[in-house]
Amino acid sequence: MTELLVATRKGLFALAGEPGGPFEVVDRAFAGEVVEYATVDERTGRLLVSVTSPFYGPKLWFADPGGDGWEQADGVELPEGGETALERIWVIKPGEADGVVYAGGDPGVLFESRDGGSTFHLNRGLFDQPSRPKWQPGAGGLCLHSIVTWPGEPDRLAVAISAAGVWLTEDGGASWRRGNSGINPRYLPEDAPDDEVALCVHSIERAAARPERLFMQFHGGVYRSDDGGGSWVDIADGLPSDFGFPLALDPADPDSAFLIPLAADVDRVTPEGHVRVYETRDAGASWTPRGKGLPSEDAYLTILRQALASTGAGNALELYFGATSGGVYGSADGGASWFEVATNLPPVLAVTASAGSGP
Amino acid sequence: MKSLAGNQAQHSIAGATVDELLRAIETEHPATRGWILDERGVLRRHINVFVNGELGAQDSHVESEDRIDVLPALSGGA
Repeated sequence: MTELLVATRKGLFALAGEPGGPFEVVDRAFAGEVVEYATVDERTGRLLVSVTSPFYGPKLWFADPGGDGWEQADGVELPEGGETALERIWVIKPGEADGVVYAGGDPGVLFESRDGGSTFHLNRGLFDQPSRPKWQPGAGGLCLHSIVTWPGEPDRLAVAISAAGVWLTEDGGASWRRGNSGINPRYLPEDAPDDEVALCVHSIERAAARPERLFMQFHGGVYRSDDGGGSWVDIADGLPSDFGFPLALDPADPDSAFLIPLAADVDRVTPEGHVRVYETRDAGASWTPRGKGLPSEDAYLTILRQALASTGAGNALELYFGATSGGVYGSADGGASWFEVATNLPPVLAVTASAGSGP
Repeated sequence: MKSLAGNQAQHSIAGATVDELLRAIETEHPATRGWILDERGVLRRHINVFVNGELGAQDSHVESEDRIDVLPALSGGA
């Protein structure tokens, strides 16, 4: 049994099913609300959900197994009396240390919880970066959307911000340095200074089996880092487009990555009406389209940055993604073939997957 | 909002402006913090306040017997 949390513009949907077979909607929460992201902390079973009310602003909620329902997390806000307000929470990520949970949001901010997500504190090291006044939002806002942790190194993090690039810390967020060497943004002039921060990273993920390796989907570019996010090399050759949002990795294979290219930044749909996931098993030297079972004719889907998820590894790798047109697709064989998980959900903003506890 | 404000839909509060009343509600019912005013202290964009039935603003002056309605706007929730 696999469980999916599908965050949509009209609520959170929990789906469950056997990989390859039909999934059912087993629960819905926050009906009618914009649910940006939802995940389960597998250490505790706690559900953590980001909701942005058009009326009441962004809130982070949690619910424990067997608990009394949803509770609002404290501290998910910017300093009182400041010049900026929190716009939304884009991602929630369990940390390495016991009880640590991170949340990233707009305007390019990181929150940390040490009690499993009940209370959060703003990371001042990143918030007070001297270059912050030069940070520019992407089309979705100034979003901190990717948080990478390292096993055994709880004070080490990489975060990515659209459009302020990659930031690295080794001291728990007290200090940060940029990790953007090698990135070539086509939307900036060739003579832009090397310390230019207007870098529109769309997502980053770390390889589980090779901790210093990360992959990046950029706003026009696909990159790999073999030094923990300090520098990047272009690996987009062989893709139909180097524009897209999400990526996923096989935890068993550090040379693997899965992308869903979109036609271009000015045409954010699957290219030529074909929905295909592109897979590399050689660290980006070559890419193979995987479309068996996916819509292949007149299919112009948009898949957002948090809408591709995986669970399992190796031969048991499962992949799932959702589109803004409401379809959710899954693969029970690491992308070789695909099936429809759901067809008529509201616009999908994020998908996370986990091995369920079974019927 | 009612559930965050002591399960009461109506409150009698003293203040000279809408802003003072909203901050007084937050003080009396801390669970409402961040729901009507954001962390800058600014009325959220899709929340409307009415003073005696007329659309008001955060700095609207109020008198002791005035009625203030705080309502979600039609504009949100696309």
